[in-house]
Amino acid sequence: MTDPTTRPGVGKPRTGDTPTDQPAGNPTEDRPAGQAGETPAQRRERSLGRLGDRKRARLDELARATADPGGVSLYRDALRRLRRNPVAIVGAVIVGLFVLVAIFAPLIAPHDPVQRFDELTRDLTVDSIPGATAGHPFGSDPLGRDFLSRMIHGSRQTLFVGVLATLIGLTLGVLLGAIAGAFGGWVDVVLMRLTDVMLALPSLLLAITLVAMASRSSQWTVIFAVAIVSVPIFARLLRGSMLAQRESDHVLAARALGVKERNIVLRHMLPNSLTAVIVQATLTFAVAILDAAALSFLGLGDPDINRAEWGLMLGVDGQRYFEVRPELAYYPALAIIVVALGFTLLGEAMREAIDPKNRR
Amino acid sequence: MSLLDVRDLSVVFQRRGERPFTAVDQVSFTVEPGQTVGLVGESGCGKSVTSLAVMGLLPKRGNRVTGEVLFEGTDLLKLRPDDLRDRRGRDIGMIFQDPLSSLNPVIPIGVQVAEVLERHRGMDRRKALREARELLDAVGIPDPDRRLTEFPHQISGGMRQRALIAIALACKPRLLIADEPTTALDVTIQAQILTLLKQLVDETGTALIMITHDLGVVAGLCDTVNVLYGGKVVERAARHELFARPRHPYTHGLLNSVPRLDSVRGERLHAIRGSVADNIPWVEGCAFAPRCDNVVDACLDGPPPLEPTASGGDLRCNNPVSEEVAVP
Amino acid sequence: MLRVIVRRLLQLVVTLIALSALIFVWLRNLPGGPVEALLGERATPERRALLIKALGYDQPILVQYGKFMQRVLTGDLGNSIRTGDPVTDVIARAFPATIELAIAAMIIAVGLGVPLGYLAARYRGRLLDNLTIAGTLLGISIPIFFLGYLLKDVLTQDIHWFPPSGRISTGMDNTSVTGFYVLDGLLTREFDASADALWHLILPAVTLATIPLAVIVRITRASVLDVLNEDYVRTAEAKGLRHRTIRGRHILRNALLPVVTTIGLQTGALLSGAVLTEKVYNWGGLGTLITDSISGGRDYPVLQAIILLAALVFVLVNLLVDLSYAFIDPRVRVR
Repeated sequence: MTDPTTRPGVGKPRTGDTPTDQPAGNPTEDRPAGQAGETPAQRRERSLGRLGDRKRARLDELARATADPGGVSLYRDALRRLRRNPVAIVGAVIVGLFVLVAIFAPLIAPHDPVQRFDELTRDLTVDSIPGATAGHPFGSDPLGRDFLSRMIHGSRQTLFVGVLATLIGLTLGVLLGAIAGAFGGWVDVVLMRLTDVMLALPSLLLAITLVAMASRSSQWTVIFAVAIVSVPIFARLLRGSMLAQRESDHVLAARALGVKERNIVLRHMLPNSLTAVIVQATLTFAVAILDAAALSFLGLGDPDINRAEWGLMLGVDGQRYFEVRPELAYYPALAIIVVALGFTLLGEAMREAIDPKNRR
Repeated sequence: MSLLDVRDLSVVFQRRGERPFTAVDQVSFTVEPGQTVGLVGESGCGKSVTSLAVMGLLPKRGNRVTGEVLFEGTDLLKLRPDDLRDRRGRDIGMIFQDPLSSLNPVIPIGVQVAEVLERHRGMDRRKALREARELLDAVGIPDPDRRLTEFPHQISGGMRQRALIAIALACKPRLLIADEPTTALDVTIQAQILTLLKQLVDETGTALIMITHDLGVVAGLCDTVNVLYGGKVVERAARHELFARPRHPYTHGLLNSVPRLDSVRGERLHAIRGSVADNIPWVEGCAFAPRCDNVVDACLDGPPPLEPTASGGDLRCNNPVSEEVAVP
Repeated sequence: MLRVIVRRLLQLVVTLIALSALIFVWLRNLPGGPVEALLGERATPERRALLIKALGYDQPILVQYGKFMQRVLTGDLGNSIRTGDPVTDVIARAFPATIELAIAAMIIAVGLGVPLGYLAARYRGRLLDNLTIAGTLLGISIPIFFLGYLLKDVLTQDIHWFPPSGRISTGMDNTSVTGFYVLDGLLTREFDASADALWHLILPAVTLATIPLAVIVRITRASVLDVLNEDYVRTAEAKGLRHRTIRGRHILRNALLPVVTTIGLQTGALLSGAVLTEKVYNWGGLGTLITDSISGGRDYPVLQAIILLAALVFVLVNLLVDLSYAFIDPRVRVR
């Protein structure tokens, strides 16, 4: 068990090489027959020799074909299952496209997202916002800016908000969870009581409270509020996973072998727990952008009118001008739904792939 | 007419995107009324799948069952699901390996016994519970009145298996299938359960299919024994014949791996090397060949046929163990 | 059994005290606290000092908290900064509206979610299953306020199936007894008021039910799939029991245990979602109160009370769920 990612206890190698077991007549072990000083096991192994080489080769081949790849690492195994799962592929493609659009937004977008166009503002009134025109396929936003360009640039801000909120939540949560899981005792009790208190509050209410407590809202209060909501989830997850492993066979084995406690935590327990955390992070991203949109909708979002962010566009303009031009809500909503769906699909598929229950 | 006549029963598991796996491969055997028949083999040899196929309890999708399962002349495989449902629990009872997980954790024992009576014998709940009390008493559960209202987690493992036996025998079926009924139990309890089974079978004249990997169980209980390997019957013989003169190298290996009171002191037990995972497909030859001490070239030229032996059994082997070797 | 209840109640009290202390300290130490809220940012230092003294904010925080808790326990949560009304009155007016909405949403979520989840599991991998899963994924990925606007736009503007907003039609002369309008109508035999309130309730409840519904479908499906693989279901089949008996007594009874827990946990999602739903449908409940308390100058006494109330409701519901477990699952009783 030197490799912490080797799945513990699952898929035992098929050669029963325990001292009490007679070594199996495993045809894959290509040992030359008839050597001097051979053990009884080898002698028995040799009994296959009677079959002649052709048949022996045939047996080898059969065994190889049906062999279970005994010690495939957790990640490689999970990856293999991910690649075969259409749900994971759809999720990954959505996420990949989203990230690409975000990275190359300035190259893709036809216009500057904050520039007001005369041809758009000319027809702009409170009751009428111009739709698609030549050069502006998505039409105008309420300030006469090119809506398509704002949508494309919005991917950047949305990615930024989502990633940052997730990272902050993850970092704080993992820190809390690891401390609680590693120390145990009263530290654990106090920290877990704290997460209990946070979990007792409905998540959006907690986020609202946090934003409301800041003197004025900004992009940062939104990110922070959305991040804090996920802290107790990450903390609980990591602690639970580490506690479960504390009792597990591979940690016991490491301890019995005299591995230092610090190394057990860092090299054996943490890596195993982190897979669950990464999966949760993927799911959290979806929740983060949905929550950010909800805060904008409640008037607690980013007050910067120049910033193009889907949640902001949906929550503020989309809501305000829903009667006038519902597309202002439809496009960002659709973008948010698709991206949230993409991350959820990917996360769910990852969780399924990592879950030992699904392993064969 | 035999009570149960299984003819060329095959079960092929086929999951999407995977190679089909033949778990049971043209298995035939018969059970006469009142007879006790053993199905013996290692885990994965297809003995449990055989019993589930007979009961029609395999998942509806992902497998293909062929052959015939004639119960008193009716092919159970061809029955409509509802007709089969009428027979299960009434004509054929079944006991499973793990008594804890085989009982519903949130329903009192009494109801679990009573519901089968309500279903097949048309009793109302009160009458069924009275009968259930008698049944629990008959299978040797102490204080049966109290047990009626208790839940599975509140009684011991041995009692749970007794309760399952009571359920299986509630409607006095003509056939009882016991799938490793003692494997999950303590050794002392195992003996009690086997004694109980033997006693009940003798008293009621129920035929019994005993599925086990434990030859000790077979020795005390079965009239005839079918030894399964890799989904096929490799040897069939009357109990005494099998224990005195095992012909198939696999049966021989199994017997030699059991400690015997009459063996020479200091002699080592023999283990069959390898595991079921070392099988080769039957189409390639004898599945047991890679693990066999008696292997000959013919063993890899295709599956050996199942042929009748002089002593009235059947054997599937090119190079059977000669009798002198069998008794060391 | 009694010991478990007492222990859980103690835990509940500890959680609430910790939460109240946290919020109390937080509210008083963050920029834009209550003093600014009352006076505005341009108040003179003298006036600020006066107010701070008047509010008792110059005393040690522990003393302040002690006094605060003393008042809370006597049912005095202070006065709303915005309207000057006692906070308890303000909340008492809004609370039934939200609870009515939440209960209706939960009824929809459970009533639809459990059968759908069961069918999806039973027909795993078939069209129905795939559609259900796709639906649940969409349900948790859609911003519910957007869904609310969409439903409202289609069902109240394009086709006038439902009223667009509010809890009851204007001009409907209903007597308020409990504050639950549907129930009030039944109690006072004003059945037209009940029907009208129900008619107003449906669309918001459907909107609010989206996420809990998706979650309950998924949990039920997963749980039924687990149970279908259990040995005792095979035993039930081996007994030859009727399909109906196996489904009800053996599969659903066990599969619904995790669903009950989920229902408790979804209370949080309901309260969160209520804030958004109420704004969409102009539903005068706690959600609206929160939005108003924030946008119309930070009304801290009201906010604080709502937060504590929400936490109390959540913790209480989950306590009830845990206790009900003891009656549903015999294995819990021994512990």
